[in-house]
Amino acid sequence: MSYEERLQHVSVLGAAGKMGSGILLLTAVEMADISLKPENKGKPFVLNAIDVSDEALSGVMKYLKAQVLKMAEKKVVGLRKVYAGNPNLIDNGDIIDQYIFDVLSLVRPSTRIEAAYDSHMVFEAIKEDPALKSSIFSKILANNPHQPWFFTNTSSIPISKLDADAGLGGRIIGFHFYNPPAVQRLVEIIKADHTLPEVEAFAQQYAKSLRKVVVPSHDKAGFIGNGHFMRDILHATGEVEKLGKEFSFAEAVYAMNKISQDYLVRPMGIFQLIDYVGVDVCSFIMSVMNPYLPGEDLHSPLLGRLLAMGVKGGQYSDGSQKDGILKYEKGRPVAIFDPEQKSYVSISDFQAKVDEKLGAMPSPPAWKAVVGNKAKDELLRGYFGQVKVASGLGAELTRTYANRSCAIGEQLVSSGVAFNENDVNTVLLTGFFHAYGPVNNYLS
Amino acid sequence: MVAGYNTLSMGTGRKEFNPKKERPGLEEYIREAGQGTLKMIGGAKHVDECVIGNFMASRFNRQANLAAFFPYVDEGLRYKPAIRVEGACATGGLALMSGIKSVLAETAEVVLVIGFEVQNTVKAIYCADYLAGAGWFKNRKTGHAYFFPGQFSDRAGAYFEKYGRDKTRQALARWFRNAIENARLCPTAQEYHNTVKDLDALGLTEPNGKSFIDNLNVFDCSKVSDGASAIAIVSEEGLKRCGIPLSEAIEVVGWGQIEEDITKPPIDPTELSTTREAVKEALASAGITRDQIGTAEIHDCFTIAGLMCMEAIGFAEKGKGADFILEGHTARSGRVPINTTGGLIGWGHPTGGTGVHQAVTILEQLTGKAGDAQVKIPADRPYGLTVNMGGDDKSLVSIVYKRGS
Repeated sequence: MSYEERLQHVSVLGAAGKMGSGILLLTAVEMADISLKPENKGKPFVLNAIDVSDEALSGVMKYLKAQVLKMAEKKVVGLRKVYAGNPNLIDNGDIIDQYIFDVLSLVRPSTRIEAAYDSHMVFEAIKEDPALKSSIFSKILANNPHQPWFFTNTSSIPISKLDADAGLGGRIIGFHFYNPPAVQRLVEIIKADHTLPEVEAFAQQYAKSLRKVVVPSHDKAGFIGNGHFMRDILHATGEVEKLGKEFSFAEAVYAMNKISQDYLVRPMGIFQLIDYVGVDVCSFIMSVMNPYLPGEDLHSPLLGRLLAMGVKGGQYSDGSQKDGILKYEKGRPVAIFDPEQKSYVSISDFQAKVDEKLGAMPSPPAWKAVVGNKAKDELLRGYFGQVKVASGLGAELTRTYANRSCAIGEQLVSSGVAFNENDVNTVLLTGFFHAYGPVNNYLS
Repeated sequence: MVAGYNTLSMGTGRKEFNPKKERPGLEEYIREAGQGTLKMIGGAKHVDECVIGNFMASRFNRQANLAAFFPYVDEGLRYKPAIRVEGACATGGLALMSGIKSVLAETAEVVLVIGFEVQNTVKAIYCADYLAGAGWFKNRKTGHAYFFPGQFSDRAGAYFEKYGRDKTRQALARWFRNAIENARLCPTAQEYHNTVKDLDALGLTEPNGKSFIDNLNVFDCSKVSDGASAIAIVSEEGLKRCGIPLSEAIEVVGWGQIEEDITKPPIDPTELSTTREAVKEALASAGITRDQIGTAEIHDCFTIAGLMCMEAIGFAEKGKGADFILEGHTARSGRVPINTTGGLIGWGHPTGGTGVHQAVTILEQLTGKAGDAQVKIPADRPYGLTVNMGGDDKSLVSIVYKRGS
């Protein structure tokens, strides 16, 4: 079965979720582009969007329509050629409308898993629950005569475990998109011990068609992305606890969020990133990864405490940020949750005081000005050169943070998760939009 | 002509522009420009007739019957004769011609002319659809997504092939730089806020046919603009009525107004032959030679159109337009300062308003009222020239002016 034939009948599980809807979008567009080739005229293409709620699925169709519109507007130069043979489509507007219709008409929303029983391929982006995933895979396998392939978007569960538990015989691969899949260029591809070579070949071709940057990762829980992110979280929460002698909880969170964003020249502070992903999701990922990491306790009591108080973060269906550890106005943090008072404390109440305690810092370049800047290495080297010799609490916290991030990167290579340091850097650069890779010598 | 008024040319580049926020509609632009001119001529009571030029409000704004906006500009225009004129991007020039002919026919002593377009109602990709109406609709299907940029990219490609690419691209980049530098001197210009340091490098950005067109980059193209311009066309009698001295007016001394077959491809893609004929006629009817022109406002909807226009006027020989530009002759300090407030690329291109805007700029320059953008008009070359082009060298209006005396 060729690449194009396999893409004639596909299902996405968890299609209404944040990751699933993005995977659905990219797959729908890829399938539509194939279906519009002259040689595929008349062949049916079916993409099942499977999720548990009708309500969520109706939201997904709206999301798809809005996204395909944007994509069509961008590629209308090429689309005019695709539709050159249709004399009724004249204006760009006509062509864009037709393309949206052609993409959307492949998609069949459904709340029934049975829809996947005819698919040659199944993308899975459901809850990070190994037992749930395995049981659904084996159910589909038992009822589907086509021996389908499974592409799991898990960010933490070893693929070999899913393969063995569901009895897939190597017809599975880890294909880990970053959030949001339509925007982030990175995918981590994770082969299980017995992944079939043709499954891997397909995964590479699919990633190439989607113009993704591929980083291979060994099949170790959390892979590279979460391997770094979760440990980065634990460093930040550890520092917050240490700062507890001098700072209130909210003040310490503010300080570490500022260090990790402004002083480390990252697009987002670590606590904002936790909120973005969801406190619950981060905590859950740690619990999934932890059993596979002997000798290391990947577990944050702090996140657990916050969750118990209902602090969750995550996003609304329109993509705007819900309040979590931080409270947001127009997407910007304005207050921080105080577990003792069980309410938010305005950042402006303590900002000046904390900034003063952090002390004078060399002024960092803005992340926006660095990312994509051709001379960024020079810029960063200059800035971190000053950080290296600066005194004061802020400088010290910055150095410790950067060194820890670097050590985590090196650990990912030495513990056999990443193939090399370069792959770790690529993941942070493309999957997390960092301006530089964590494994560097800016401070040494 | 007297009492020229320009609104801002609004669109990307202006700090005030935010595509996500609601903006003034066409009625606001029409009213601002119309009232601006009325104020200078002593009010609506002095006006005998009105002309409004607009290209495609029927699609951009879903509005027609535009002449009926004059009483909205000023109640004093109620029950006065008015007409709407359309000729794609030459609309403004045609609106002027309509007014000029009324004055010559002595049916009016004072004609109020407004030209406008409000285009930012849609994204550029749909804007391209609407503006494609300036070409033959039967060619739209096979045309480029960005239809007119595609047409002029093809012209540029032919020109590159015939006369060499490198020098031509350098000249186009210089044209862009001149346009932006001039626009920085005119507060109503769309590129007035432009602060880019290395304009040459930007102008030399390599074209990308995959996402746009093969032979031109976005900086080679005029802007998507909202804007309106107004001016009064008056007889000597009308001038007295408005109480304006002759020295504050410019005289229309000649014109060429011609059409070419919209269904035919260009005779030679490396030249603007209709433009050449229109300018020839304008100069002949004015009884002057091109060497007597002190400044010109020409239709640089694309940098390559600007270059070819230099050859069509005869400022440069065929194939020597690039040298003419690179030697600095079109710059504000050069022999013939061209597009002294930025032209279509720098000031903006609210399509139906452009022809009127050109007349306003010439009025300001010849009467010494161009502010920071003022250039010196030599005594032995007192004439101003405009070239306003509709479609791909199809509808042409070229006018020769000199200061009233």
